[in-house]
Formats: sequence, structure tokens, C-alpha cells
Amino acid sequence: MNTTTSDADAKSGPTDERLAKVSLAKTLLQRPEVGAIVGLIAVIIFFSVYADSRMFSLSGIMNFMEPAAQLGILAIAAALLMVGGEFDLSIGSMIAFAGIALGVPLVLWGWPLSLSILFAFGVAVVTGIMNGFIVLRSGLPSFIVTLAFLFILRGLTLVGLKEATGTTQLRGVKEAADDSWLMELFSGDAFEGLFSWLAQMGWIDTFKNGTPKVQGVPVEIIWFVVLAFAASWLLTKTRFGNWIFAVGGDPVAARNVGVPVTFVKITLFVLTAMSATLVATITVLEFGTADASRGLLKEFHAIIAAVIGGCLLTGGYGSAIGAMVGAIIFGMVQIGITYTNINLDWFQVFMGAILLIAVVLNNWVRKKAMSSS
Amino acid sequence: MSVTENSQPVIELSNIEKHFGAVIALAGVSFSVYPGECHCLLGDNGAGKSTFIKTMSGVHQPTSGTISMNGKQMHFSNPRQALEVGIATVYQDLAMIPLMSVTRNFWMGREPRKGLWPFSYFDFEKANSTTMTEMAKMGINLREPGQAVGTLSGGERQTVAIARAVYFGAKVLILDEPTSALGVRQTSNVLATVDKVRKSGVGVVFITHNVRHAMAVGDRFTVLNRGKTLGTAQRGDITAEQLQDMMAGGQEMADLEGSLGGTV
Repeated sequence: MNTTTSDADAKSGPTDERLAKVSLAKTLLQRPEVGAIVGLIAVIIFFSVYADSRMFSLSGIMNFMEPAAQLGILAIAAALLMVGGEFDLSIGSMIAFAGIALGVPLVLWGWPLSLSILFAFGVAVVTGIMNGFIVLRSGLPSFIVTLAFLFILRGLTLVGLKEATGTTQLRGVKEAADDSWLMELFSGDAFEGLFSWLAQMGWIDTFKNGTPKVQGVPVEIIWFVVLAFAASWLLTKTRFGNWIFAVGGDPVAARNVGVPVTFVKITLFVLTAMSATLVATITVLEFGTADASRGLLKEFHAIIAAVIGGCLLTGGYGSAIGAMVGAIIFGMVQIGITYTNINLDWFQVFMGAILLIAVVLNNWVRKKAMSSS
Repeated sequence: MSVTENSQPVIELSNIEKHFGAVIALAGVSFSVYPGECHCLLGDNGAGKSTFIKTMSGVHQPTSGTISMNGKQMHFSNPRQALEVGIATVYQDLAMIPLMSVTRNFWMGREPRKGLWPFSYFDFEKANSTTMTEMAKMGINLREPGQAVGTLSGGERQTVAIARAVYFGAKVLILDEPTSALGVRQTSNVLATVDKVRKSGVGVVFITHNVRHAMAVGDRFTVLNRGKTLGTAQRGDITAEQLQDMMAGGQEMADLEGSLGGTV
């Protein structure tokens, strides 16, 4: 028996009559992100019908992709952690906390931007290790441990900011930051040259003076897309990815075959804290302030996006591309409503309903995938 | 059985004791396995079988006693170390993750990689074809290597776990009650697999409390009771009834068996 494809095997080898051929539909159903993609198509159709056509113009797309990207960066890391069988409810507070971990050294201590960013990411690594260590050592659900950190980090941010500035905001970031190439990496637009060339060619909308209406792709969108594909590659194509599925599916079984469960889970907690810090860096440099209220409720939005993307709440199953699509759906609904006649207050109702549908669908898909016929 | 006489045991455990606080789970158990032998470890629930095999595979560290492989004394502080020298365990839960594919399960913890760090990736091409070949050797033709383990039958899952252990160079294969949850036909498939594995020169430790399954493949039989060995017997020197009695503690079992009409 030296066959490598299942087709050849089915024809040549002695086949078991109980093994039915798998239909294409079922093969598709086994992919966790399929539900999210179907959902995305449904949302696009909905808004093409009910929303102003400007929503799908270039500037309209950038409008909903920007919040989608900020959420998506969190959702991708949250999805990896969920596949690994844990939650992190502290990432929203981590955005604010990392914001002052970046802003305070930069503005008040006079550190260069590069060192301040390094410091903020260092704080993220420590926080992630702490979350993971406490979860794994105590054996408590990560839901509870990181819920505690949701409050601890938010509280520390408030205490720290009031101590340092007397208010809940730290201003003057833009004035203090001067390293231009780092600013380019975390704020503003990318591909500006390409967009002004496109404008010159008359292929995209311009203002009267000839500058394009959309001057480039906001950097967070680039980060978002690059991270989504990197995370997807990590999850589905590498050894570490196999370990993520394993520790989420059954940590005892994984440990028994030699998977370093503690290392994998702690790494995932560090990744979520770092994703929050990336979002913090982008927003702090964008707005020029660090704010104690930033990132409020983002932990839940990230989990919603991950679940829409096909992650099971029980762990061991999910997709980074799915989380990316989930975040796009989220951004599209959030911003899309402003292009319709629908009252904005309906947004939360929509998201709740989509979440519910996604969870029911995910469970059904999993049962289908597990059935032998 | 000729192997048993003229070679060195691949693993030998002497006077193993294991205490959990005040509880003495193992009170001096000695046990050995020769290459190509199937050594059955029998005992009722709570006899200490699980603790013993967990000590053998590095999950527990013995309170006292020695473990040696091919005459060399060993100390395992975790299962990975035991695995590295060729002690593989197939637990009752099989260490299989139902939602993951056969290939992903087969290679879990030992994924083949291609490419240079940090861009090294899981070599699925090699992994898939090896998985198909190894499963075919054990007599199972997979639909496709990407099939989720959850869609396989109990016996097939058991075979994946055994094939995995053998492929990764098990010298000692510990099977923890591999037939306890299986139907008749699946059981005979698994017993046939055990026979294949033994013939390839691997030492098999077969844990069961079903005497008939033990008699079907065993070369030697050791009975554990209350953390102690009740003795080791060669195939042919002992009958199924004697083994049954030893496991259950003699007289009571004989009485019970009488009242049940010899069906147990």
C-alpha cells in the first residue's frame, strides 16, 4: 500500500463498504470558517439592498474596515486562545493599561518612542504570563481569572493615570513621539503613493484639487490582514498550531503524548495581551492620547467575532480566518447601520442575534462533522 | 516463548512502591517484559494496575524501587522522558482528540517539520502518506487522512493509537484496558493488532480484567491485588479459571460463579 491520495486508495485498495464517500457539502461543512463566510455574504446582500450605495464605495469600505481591523486584531488572538481552550476577558482593559504603559514613559519620563513601545509590549508579556500562570496553576476557569484582571487592569489604569496627570487622560503623545518610521508603522495610512497614482489615473474618487478622497489604507487594516493570515498559517500549518488544537481539545491527552500544555497556553495568553497592546499602540498614536476608558467591552466583541468565525466555546475547534471574517461582519453591521434608515440602537440587537445564530450553527456543524455518515 | 528464555528483558521493574500520602497504592511490585512478548497485567478495579503503569510510563515517580531498561537503571521525571526511550502508553481515553483529523492525532506532539525556523511548517504530505501506510499495515483503510478521529469506531481509534505508538519506535507498548469498551468483533480486531505488534518485536504490556482476552494473546500473566503481585505465570502453566480466582480473591468468586452458572 503506497497510495497517497484517498481517491487512488478507494479504487485500488480493499475498501470497507461501511465507509461512505464524503460529499463536497460535508467537506465544506467541516471547515470552521464556512459559516462566517456565508454570514458575511448575507450581511453584504442585506446592506447592498438597504444601505446607501456610498457604503461600498472606497471610502465607505475604509470606514467600516477600520473598526473591523482594530477589533479583528484582538479577535484573531482571542480565537487562537479559544481554540486552545481558554478565554481572556482582560484584553479590553489591557488596551487601556498598555496605553498608559506606552504613554507614561513616552510623555512623562521622556523615553524615546521605540523604548516606550518595547516597554508596553514587555508589560503585555508579563500580564499574559501572569494570566496564564494563575489559570494553569490554580486550575480555575480562565473565565474567572481573566474577569478578575478585567477589573484589576482597568482599575490600575485609572489609579495610575490620576496619579500621573490628575485626569483620566494623558495628552501630548504626538508631541513627544518623533521617531518617524515607527509612527509610520503604527499610525496613518499605507500605500499613499499607490493611491495618489490611482487618483492621477482617474481610477479612484478625488477632491477638486486632485488629492484622492482615500489617501491610503489605514495601517491597522494592513496589520489586521497580515496577522490574520499569519495566525491562520500558524494554526493550520505548523506544529505549534497542532498543539493549540490539542491543548484545547483535550489537555490531558495532549500532555500524555508529550505536548507542552503549559507552554502552549501561556504563549496564547501572551499573544492576546500583545494583540491588545498593538491595538493600544495604534490608537494612542492615532489620537495622541492615552485614555483610561479605551477598549471598554472589547473583550466581549472579540469573543463574539471569534465565535461568529466558528470557534467552539469548548475549545479545540476554530479558525483565525473565521475570526477575521467575524470582525468584518461586526464592523460592517456597526458602521453599515449608519448608512441605512435603521435606528443605530438596533446594532446591539443585531450583534446579539448574530452571535446566537452563530453558536447554534457551530454546534450543529460540529455534530454533522462528527457523524460518520 | 523462546525469546523469553534467552534474552534480556527490555524493561524490568523491581520492588516498586508508590505511596500517595498515607495511602499505599503499590507495595513492592516486580514486573518485566521481554522483547516480542505480551505480558498481561490482570487485577480487579483498585488493584493498583493504573498506578503501576503510570509509574512505568513516567507519570508517577516510584516512592522506592528501581526501573531498568536493557539492564540500565532509569529514572523518569515525566512521560516525555519515558517516551523518548521507547515506553509508549495507550491509555483508555486513547489520547485522541475526536475533533482533530487522524493525521493530526497520529503525529500529535511529534509533528514532522519542513523548512527553517521561524518558517518551519507541519509537513502534511509526509504525515498523511505515512499515516495511511501505517494504518493499512494494521489492517485499516482510512477514507482519507483528514478524517476526524471522532468519526472512527472504537476499535479503529484503538488501532490508530497503537499504530502511532509502534511507528514512533515503542520498545514497550503499554495498553490500558484496550478491549474494555469494545464489541466482540472490534475486540478480536484489536487482539489481532496486539499479535501483529508483538511479532514485530515490541514488548507489550496488556492490562485487562477480562481473563479470556488475556488468554487469547498473553505469553505471561501477572495478577495484582491490593497493590501487591500475586505471582507471575507462563502461558500453559495456568488456566483461565485459576487466573479468574486469583484476580477475584479465590473462594468468594468460586461461590459467585456457581450461583451464576459459570457465566462470569
